[in-house]
Amino acid sequence: MLNQIASEVKATMSIYEAQEDALYGVVAEFAHPGELLHAAGAVREAGYRHFDTHSPFPIHGMDKAMGLGNSIIGFITLGGGIIGLSLATLMQWWMSEVSYPINISGKPFFAVEPSIPIMFELTVLIASLSTVIGMFALNGLPRPYNPLFYSTNFLRVTDDAFFLHIAASDKQFDLGATQKLLKDLGGKNIETIRDSGEED
Amino acid sequence: MDKTLAHLADFHDEAPLVKGNLTFHDITEIVSSHTEKKTPLQWYGAFGLALSGLMLMIVMIAYLFWNGTGVWGLNNPVGWGFAIVNFVFWVGIGHAGTLISAILFLFRQQWRTAINRSAEAMTLFAVVCALVFPGIHVGRVWAAYWMLPIPNQMGMWPQFKSPLLWDVFAVSTYFTVSAAFWYVGLIPDLASLRDRATGLRRKVFGVLAMGWTGANRHWRNYEKAYLLLAALCTPLVLSVHSVVSFDFAVSIVPGWHTTIFPPYFVAGAIFSGFAMVITLMVVARKVYNVENIITIDHLEKMNIVILVTGSMVGFAYITEFFIAWYSGVQYEQYAFTNRMFGPYAWAYWTMMTCNLFFPQFFWIKKLRRSIPFMFAISIFVNVGMWFERFVITVVSLHRDYLPSAWDYYTPTWVDVLTFVGTFGLFFTLFLLFLRFLPMVAASEVKGVLPEADPHFYDHEGDGHGADHTLGVAKSKTAH
Repeated sequence: MLNQIASEVKATMSIYEAQEDALYGVVAEFAHPGELLHAAGAVREAGYRHFDTHSPFPIHGMDKAMGLGNSIIGFITLGGGIIGLSLATLMQWWMSEVSYPINISGKPFFAVEPSIPIMFELTVLIASLSTVIGMFALNGLPRPYNPLFYSTNFLRVTDDAFFLHIAASDKQFDLGATQKLLKDLGGKNIETIRDSGEED
Repeated sequence: MDKTLAHLADFHDEAPLVKGNLTFHDITEIVSSHTEKKTPLQWYGAFGLALSGLMLMIVMIAYLFWNGTGVWGLNNPVGWGFAIVNFVFWVGIGHAGTLISAILFLFRQQWRTAINRSAEAMTLFAVVCALVFPGIHVGRVWAAYWMLPIPNQMGMWPQFKSPLLWDVFAVSTYFTVSAAFWYVGLIPDLASLRDRATGLRRKVFGVLAMGWTGANRHWRNYEKAYLLLAALCTPLVLSVHSVVSFDFAVSIVPGWHTTIFPPYFVAGAIFSGFAMVITLMVVARKVYNVENIITIDHLEKMNIVILVTGSMVGFAYITEFFIAWYSGVQYEQYAFTNRMFGPYAWAYWTMMTCNLFFPQFFWIKKLRRSIPFMFAISIFVNVGMWFERFVITVVSLHRDYLPSAWDYYTPTWVDVLTFVGTFGLFFTLFLLFLRFLPMVAASEVKGVLPEADPHFYDHEGDGHGADHTLGVAKSKTAH
C-alpha cells in the first residue's frame, strides 16, 4: 500500500520503477512540438498515465493534453512567505523588546512601522527559497541518474528533439502494443529503455 | 484598400525576435559553442587586465585594513564618501538585470529572453561589488558581523530602527534571491551543455544541471516556480533601492530628507543599469557572434528604457529643486543652490549633462539604432549616475548647518584605486561567466521562436495555424 503511494508520487516527478527484467519504458521521437502535443493527448486518451513528454522548452497546452492540473508550488511559496513574515516579526520584537531593549530618543522598543522593511525582505527571502527548493522537491531533482540517459538519441532533448516516454510501470504497458501505439502516432526512433544500472 | 490593410497588419506584427532564420539547433550551437571551444587569446588578455584590477582592489583593502579609514578622504562633515557612493552606484547597476528578468517577464515582453541571462549575471556581480563597501567601510572590520543578528556573548542585537540595518537585509536578500533566480533559469541550459559534453566536463555539468531531462512534469512546476520568483523579485528590486534611499531620506540632513527619494532612486537605478547592459552587450554580442539573437531591435528597446528612466530622473532633479524652494526652509534651499553654484558645481553639471541632456538624443530613431552612438551615451550615463550619488552624498554633507563646520572633501588615491579595483572584480566575474556559462538563455529563446508554438504546424505546417505567428511567417518570406 505504502509502496503503491510512493510509486505514484514518484510518477508525478517523472520517476518510474523498472519492471523485474529491468525494462524501464519506451521512448519515441516526434518531429516537432505540434506532433508531440497531439501524441501526448492520444496517449492519454488510450488510457496511459505513467508517461511524460520531454522537450527543450515548455510547450503551451501540454499540461492540458497530458491531463495535469495546476502546479501546487504556489502553496509552498505562500507557506514560505508566511514563515518568513512571522520569523521577521518575532525576531525583531524579541530582540528589541525582550532581549536587548535600548532607549533611542524615547522611541518605542518595538513598533510595527520601522519593522516593515525587514518583515518584507524576510518574507520575500523565505518565500523565494522555498519556491526554489519546493520546485526541486516536486520534480524529484537532483536526479543525476536517469535510465533515459542510456539512449544516446535522447540526449538531443536539450537541443532540438521532442520525445514521448511511456514507462513500463504503467498498468496498461505492453511492450508490443505500446510500441505500436507510438509508431501509429508518428513516433520515430522508437527505443526500449532498460534500467541496467551500469555506467555507460 | 489593400495597402491600408497590409499597413495595419504590419503595425500589429512584432518584428521577429530572432533574426537570421535560426533553427532550434542553431541556437544551441551558437550559445554553447563559446563555452566549449578553446579559450581565445583575447579572453586571456581581457581576463589578465580584469584580474590585475581585482588584485589592485585587494591590495587597497589590505592597506585600508592595516591603516584604518584615515587613508580615505573622509573629514568631519563628510563622514560618508566614496564607500557609500560606490555602494549605491553598484547596487543601482544591478537593478537592470532584475528588471529585465522579472518585471519584463511579468509584462510578457518576450524580447527579454535574449538579454536576461547576461543582465542577471551583471546584477549578481554588481551586487558583489556593492557588498564589498559596507563590509570594509565600518572602520573596525573585525566587528562587521555586528550587522547581522548573530547570537554573541555580549548579549547584543542589531538595532532594527536603523535604515542601515534594513539595508543589510535588503541587499543580502536581493543577492540571495537573484542568485537563486539565475540558477533556476540556468538549469535547462546547463543540461544542454551536459548533453553535448564528455568526460569530466560532462560530470561537472551533470551535477550542476541536477539531472534535468526537459520532462513536461518538470516544466510544469518549473514554469510556475519561475513565474512566482519573478513576482517575488519585482517588489524586491523596487524595495532594495527604496531601502538604499532610506539611508539618506530617514536622516535630517538638508538635501537628503526628501520623500521623493525612493521612486527617484529606483528610476535612477534602472537607468544606470540599462546603460551598463548596453555597454556590456554592445561588446559581447560582437565578440561572441550573437548578433542574430541580441539584435539591434533589442538594443533599441533598451535605449528607449534609458530615455524614459533618464527623463524620470531629470524630472526628479527638478522636482527636488521646486520642493526645496516651496518648503521655505532656508537650509534646504541653500543645499540646492549650493549644488548648482557651490564648490561642487562641476560635479552637479556633469551629472545634469550626462543624465538629463545626453539621453534625450534617443528621441531620434537613427541615433538609438546606432551602435557607436549608444555605446558613447551608455558610458556617459554610467559616469553621470556615479556623479549623481556623489552629488547626493558628498555635496549635501560638506555644507550642512553651521558655516564653521563646512569643509571640502577630496578623495585620496586609496579611494580612487579601490573604486577602480571594483571594476576589476566585476569584469573578472563577468569574463568567467562568459567563458564557462551560456550567455544567452537558449531554452527561453527557443521558446519564443514561432516554431515553438505547437499550433504553428496546424494546417499542414504552413505556419498559418497560430494567428500571431502569421506576421512572423510573412516577414520571413520577405527577407
